[in-house]
Amino acid sequence: MNRRITRSLLMGTLAAATVAALAGCGGSGFGGGSDNGGSGSSKLTSSKDPLTVLIGSSGDAETAAVKSAVADWSTSSGTGATVIPASNLDQQLAQGFAASKPADVFYLSTGSLPGYAANGSLLAYGDQLPGDLKSDFYPSLVKNFTYDGKFYCAPKDFSTLQLIINTDKWAAAGLTDADYPKTWDDLAAVAEKLTVGGTTGLVVSGQYERLGAFMVQAGGNLTNADSTKVTADSQANIDALTYAQSLLKAGSMKFAADVGTGWGGEAFGKGLGAMTIEGNWISGGMQADYPNVKYKVVPLPDGPKGAGTLQFTNCWGIAADSPNQKAALDLVEKLTSKDDQLAFAKAFGVMPSIQSAASDWKSEFPQFAPFLEAADYAQGTPTLKGVAAVITDLDGKIAQLKTTDPKTILTSAQTNLEALK
Amino acid sequence: MSTAAAGARRAPGRRRGSIRKGEATTGWIFTAPMLILLGLFLVVPILMALWVSFSDWGGRGSPFGSGVHFIGLENYRSVTSGGGLAEQDFGTALRNNLWYVIAVVPLQTALALLLAVLVNNRRLRGSGFFRTAFYFPSVTSSVAITVLWLFLFSTTGAINKALSWLHVNGPNWFNEPQGVLHAILGALGVHTGPAALTGHGFLGVSWWDWLAGPSWAMTALILMAVFTTSGTFMLLFLAALQNLAGDLQEAGMVDGATAWERFRFITLPQLRPTLFTVITLGLIGCWQVFDQVLVATPSGGPGKTTLTPAFLSYQSSFKNQEWGQGSAIAFILFVIIVAFTLIQRWVLAERPISRGRRLNALPAKGAGK
Repeated sequence: MNRRITRSLLMGTLAAATVAALAGCGGSGFGGGSDNGGSGSSKLTSSKDPLTVLIGSSGDAETAAVKSAVADWSTSSGTGATVIPASNLDQQLAQGFAASKPADVFYLSTGSLPGYAANGSLLAYGDQLPGDLKSDFYPSLVKNFTYDGKFYCAPKDFSTLQLIINTDKWAAAGLTDADYPKTWDDLAAVAEKLTVGGTTGLVVSGQYERLGAFMVQAGGNLTNADSTKVTADSQANIDALTYAQSLLKAGSMKFAADVGTGWGGEAFGKGLGAMTIEGNWISGGMQADYPNVKYKVVPLPDGPKGAGTLQFTNCWGIAADSPNQKAALDLVEKLTSKDDQLAFAKAFGVMPSIQSAASDWKSEFPQFAPFLEAADYAQGTPTLKGVAAVITDLDGKIAQLKTTDPKTILTSAQTNLEALK
Repeated sequence: MSTAAAGARRAPGRRRGSIRKGEATTGWIFTAPMLILLGLFLVVPILMALWVSFSDWGGRGSPFGSGVHFIGLENYRSVTSGGGLAEQDFGTALRNNLWYVIAVVPLQTALALLLAVLVNNRRLRGSGFFRTAFYFPSVTSSVAITVLWLFLFSTTGAINKALSWLHVNGPNWFNEPQGVLHAILGALGVHTGPAALTGHGFLGVSWWDWLAGPSWAMTALILMAVFTTSGTFMLLFLAALQNLAGDLQEAGMVDGATAWERFRFITLPQLRPTLFTVITLGLIGCWQVFDQVLVATPSGGPGKTTLTPAFLSYQSSFKNQEWGQGSAIAFILFVIIVAFTLIQRWVLAERPISRGRRLNALPAKGAGK
């Protein structure tokens, strides 16, 4: 009995001592971090330390292109830099921030920005970019990376959604170029015409990230453009989902999962859908997996409130704990320059985030011009801390849209989004 | 016990104490490397996670840094009674995992026992082959098997093809969020639950939804768990069966017991310790299911019906930067597992039995040594 007490005392002391020791070293680490904690301050850290660039790459082409661009910068600037393609970007970023040793420069999605901005992991360097570069970014992209009034990071590139049409099936249904849908009714009509045998007129991924385009066309979205007001249960959104539901009920639209595919592009490539709603990334997927399918990209139809679609984007994040923010900022300026962005576009099909590269991009990829033209009217996804979980929840409910009242879906989204504020 | 008695006879009490003292120090020295390793990589991280669950740490820098505050039970409150998405998700994850446990533990235990009894049959030819075959799924990587499962259970996969031969329209397994019990009720014409069930709930999930049963996607994962784990547990049962003395069986035969009676009243009671091990391991493993979910349904879909507390803990921390909530979920899960193990231990505890029966049991214990 006695021995047991001694032993537990010993263990307790040992544990307490270890925790205290860890707390000690953690404290100093944190202190060092908060000195650099740049929240708009003009003081950037500077050192001779080489940079680490963590990217969530879509494949070898992207990795090679980023590596070569970073290597060029490294040679001209004399600062070493390594590119690490992440196998799980979210997790590797989180580990880096927790250890106070994050990558200096990294890909950051709109969904992850609020969380990292809120806990002080990010350097809000947007306002320290050269004025001509800053004003060259599409304003809607800048809005996507503005959190709490601060422009955090430079948009890397962006994508928009448009309507993708299988031209063979289009012609087989007796449709011509004059029949490209201009309104919601047109879309419903051609979708019905294209629904023949095993082919459904329109097959899309059943999630907000696709059907949200209808919301924008109806004049809605989950929040207003600055993410300051939650508008999920607005009449516009209800109208949009009710329209989508009517297509589902008519059988002229199906969700990709319901035809046994992973996403709209797969259903489209396999010929299960004659049309789909996807972004410019579809070019890579089609080239690799379905090179024989002929398709055309046209603008999505106008809704009651005109043209509208969703845009998705990533930015080049810089860590607040980076010991060499000056070099990191310099690297980002180079990576967002017109030359580099056009090189990336050629290598892996993204759209440049700066307006001055638009005409070059369009002449390079005339068949994808509708994607870029959408920059004028596209809207982003909300930037609120915790919004990713809410959208995942919403996606799960939208997948059941055929049998669920749109109002119920949107009301729960409204509640969940309001809880984030 | 017999060696201790022998030692006592040889050495006087006083000297034995001093020898023991030296042994204790040596013992500590020999175990020190392992204790330090375990402490550093197991105990300390657990204590850190416990602290995080009570703090507002946001994932940047050390959780013991100056900017991190103690916020009491706030994280626990938001996942158990916050009324928001966090509570709903946790309730859904618990619901899903509870059905998973209810289905997997009995099935895998029964199947493992059945396989062990079959393989243990002396008249079975090539029992070595069957032993290997049944054990094989356990040694294969769970990720590889999950991918195989995705193929088998795809809308146009082998399982649905086989069902179509029976004129059954197979479900869209990994994309169908409807619970199995709801589906059965739906087939009987009940589509919405009574207001008493739909109007009230627990952890943000209505009672009607608690009773939904595992979704088709979860059912596929349940079948996979049974398929992969029963081999391991078969080995445990097999080892126990081979340790049993044959004389009790013979005595049973002399008394005219049928094969079933001999299994039920002679073999099974002797397997009680193994049964306890198997069910405990099964319970713990089932409450911690994570990798299958990550591979098969990367966001816990369809309709969050494959979300489990372990996966939710990961998601809240790494995806949503809610580290406190993630740790809180992990510790609630810990409490649940301990509670289930205690309940199960109490259920399987040896009850006092009649003197005559205990006499019968004695020779078997001796022979088992």
